[in-house]
Amino acid sequence: MSKGKVPHQLMVLSVIAVAVIAGFFVMRAYLTPKSFGKYGHYRADAIDDVRNLPVSYAGVNVCASCHEEVFQKKAKGFHRGVTCEVCHGPAAAHAEDNSIKPEAPRQRGGCPLCHNYNPARPTGFPQIITAEHNPGKPCMTCHNPHDPVPPTTPEDCGVCHRSIAAQKLVSKHSSVECTTCHQVPKQHFVNPRLNRVGKPTNNEACGNCHGSDVKTQPQVPKVETAKHAGRYLCWECHYPHSPENTP
Amino acid sequence: MSMDMNDPMEKGPKRVGRRKFLDLVFKAMPAAGITLGTCGLSISSLRGEEEKKLEPPSEKNSYAMAVDIHKCIGCGRCAYACKKENKVPEDPHTVRTWVERYVIPVEGEALVDSPNGGIDGFPELPETKNILKSFFVPKLCNHCANPPCVQVCPVGATFQTKDGVILVDEKYCVGCRYCIQACPYGARYMHPVKHVADKCTFCYHRIAKGLVPACVEVCPTQARVFGDLNRQSSPIRRFLRFNAIKALKQELNTRPKVFYANADLEVR
Amino acid sequence: MEPTLVLALLEPFNGYIYPNEYFLQWELLIVLYPYLTGLVAGAFILASLERVFHVKALLPVYRLALLSALAFLIAAPLPLMAHLGHPERALEMLVTPHTASAMAMFGFVYAWYLLVVLLLEIWFDYRADIVNLSNSKTGLMKYVYKILTLGATDLSPEALQFDEKAGRLITIIGIPSAFMLHGYVGFIFGSIKANPWWSSVLMPIVFLFSAIVSGMAAVLLIYMVASWARWKPIDMACVNKLAEFLLYAMLVDFTLEILDFIHRLYESEESIHILSQLISDRLFISLIISQVLIGGLLPLFGILVGRYGKFPDEMRKMFYFLVGILIQVGIFSMRWNVVIGGQMFSKSLRGLTTYKVHLMGIEGLLVSIGFLILPLAVLFVLLRLLPPWLNEKSEEKAIPVA
Repeated sequence: MSKGKVPHQLMVLSVIAVAVIAGFFVMRAYLTPKSFGKYGHYRADAIDDVRNLPVSYAGVNVCASCHEEVFQKKAKGFHRGVTCEVCHGPAAAHAEDNSIKPEAPRQRGGCPLCHNYNPARPTGFPQIITAEHNPGKPCMTCHNPHDPVPPTTPEDCGVCHRSIAAQKLVSKHSSVECTTCHQVPKQHFVNPRLNRVGKPTNNEACGNCHGSDVKTQPQVPKVETAKHAGRYLCWECHYPHSPENTP
Repeated sequence: MSMDMNDPMEKGPKRVGRRKFLDLVFKAMPAAGITLGTCGLSISSLRGEEEKKLEPPSEKNSYAMAVDIHKCIGCGRCAYACKKENKVPEDPHTVRTWVERYVIPVEGEALVDSPNGGIDGFPELPETKNILKSFFVPKLCNHCANPPCVQVCPVGATFQTKDGVILVDEKYCVGCRYCIQACPYGARYMHPVKHVADKCTFCYHRIAKGLVPACVEVCPTQARVFGDLNRQSSPIRRFLRFNAIKALKQELNTRPKVFYANADLEVR
Repeated sequence: MEPTLVLALLEPFNGYIYPNEYFLQWELLIVLYPYLTGLVAGAFILASLERVFHVKALLPVYRLALLSALAFLIAAPLPLMAHLGHPERALEMLVTPHTASAMAMFGFVYAWYLLVVLLLEIWFDYRADIVNLSNSKTGLMKYVYKILTLGATDLSPEALQFDEKAGRLITIIGIPSAFMLHGYVGFIFGSIKANPWWSSVLMPIVFLFSAIVSGMAAVLLIYMVASWARWKPIDMACVNKLAEFLLYAMLVDFTLEILDFIHRLYESEESIHILSQLISDRLFISLIISQVLIGGLLPLFGILVGRYGKFPDEMRKMFYFLVGILIQVGIFSMRWNVVIGGQMFSKSLRGLTTYKVHLMGIEGLLVSIGFLILPLAVLFVLLRLLPPWLNEKSEEKAIPVA
């Protein structure tokens, strides 16, 4: 090996390096999917792979296009926001082929999924204790799921306001009627969320029983309403549905 | 909770119903001379969209979801519909969306549970006396604007579309599960049959056909709202305007696109 | 709280975990991966001590360390591949690497380290021997060596000098590469902001130093076993020096881990409650007992006593050997605690889950043991093919070749 000549080792390795790198780029060109990188670092065709998946839930408009009468009926009732496929399950196959019948939960299993009592449910949502509520009878014997009016107008607020009723029942206020403190608009029974029930706006409501100048039974705690509360309303500190025990 | 819901032997009525339903589908299909594939297509034909070539996703749209926790009744229909719509395996530990129940006691730590994602309802609480409050929180992929899962995917198999939805390319995913590790929300899982990462797509196949995601379709109280942030008349815009909004784990700078109204401090 | 108790009894885990967190995603195979790459990086750093920093006492283990590094490097990606949901798509990491992904860089870091650093350095170091062997051997082996020369059979003094220079240069490039190889493995975990157990800037550097510790200990073990197997005396100057470096590396490693621990404790972030539960409940044996006591403090103490105590050489060797084994236990536990520990708590920070190693199956114990034996088998073949002790003999008789 003379001076200034490239060492043989380096020549050999360079050739191999070029071959490896070239091989890599050839492989890369060959293996990269066609649509890769069209919109970003991914296979653009994957978008349509996802978009072309079949639909199982047809959507309420498809249901309504045939079942107009049920739709109209439902639109006036409490279940107007409940789409058909909530209870009837995915119905795209049914919309396509009428011989395929969607689910129809006629037994007691379906309704309690929403209406069984659970303290985590928002207050005002109608709930029952399924085990106690006409055991064994399918819900449909009394309620029409497409227009679910309670069999009688609820005399008892607890039908909907379950957790409040449960608390009040075991509290000192168990004998106090809801309407003693609350003003209930008629429309509240039909359109509860748009016609809210009022809360007392002054301390007279509580003062009627708890005021120091009122003659109620001696075990009812008494305060001087005006001085005791200051600028607060009674229920801003005390929870009237389950008032604390006083010594 | 009624007994028929609690008894594991008695998942009965629904299961049988479902099986019968599927039986019917499979029996009816050859009779009608159609296959599952054409079945999906002809639904879109029903909606007059068969011929329309799908536009590529563009920045003109920005899809998002919002959840009003005060409205959620914990019926779990969203989680159920999601499994049906997206053919998610029935295993309770592969879910695209699920409902959590929070029980905040007067004293002590919050209790959270989500048996089978809330699909079969929630067991009765052993004790209800010392509860300060309790509520349900539906969860799903947050379709982050700054998605850590997309960042870590080594091959570009999970990606963000131009309209802001995070998808998985199931033909390209190598199944390394790095994205599952990187997701702070536990929204991803390994598909036990396809052996690829899988997750909520905002029902991208439904959005493309002008439908709302299945979970939104079946939510009986409209606790879930879906829409396009870029459209002024979108329900999501109204939702964001009229509610105080929280997103999950914002401190991680993932910039979620699932928004929560009335979320408690404990929700995470 | 009574309700906590009842809910806890209903499920095989404590508290609440997200439904999708029930199954661990990364199991035993992913524990093996950082363990094996750690051995690579450590063994290479050891070799570079001799080559670049002229620690002549380590000459007897120089070539052995290089070959060990190669053997572990060949085995390292196999558990990764086996763990993929679609191993047949693994090439995508090279074809369409996502530059934002730490994992996508694996292919390139690995290829660089294998092709540019290790193979080249070994080739340059062994080239003269390979050429000689291709001349002296007969039969099939002759052709194997012929191929290994890659046609570069020039043994002139200039050519040998070039080998020496090139090898030196590659080692110098190799040191940052070894740091990168293992620091990067730490980065894969340390950069996951979703996981408070992993997310730490110290993770890459903790990984790196634990790698150096485990790699040095592994070469120490391999050297001792190989010497015993060949009925050759163990060079005490060499193992003493090795033990010293091992001690330094362990001190740094231990300090870093303590720093990480104190830092977390002092910052006391939202996750601190669930992480302390994780340590005191799920990781007590593998972290406190196995990693810190048996695999950390005990060998540290052992090496101090073994190296600086007044013992006969035979006793010293026993100390070193036991320390080497304890260190492997400790570092393997550390990998376990990072990989498995990081998945045993919920990202909701509300609960812990469990993990049980299966015996069978691709993620099972048997396969993992196989992946641990494999590099040793590869090393055995490499030692047969390119005996590191060639120069011992050549010093005795074969100088005329050069």
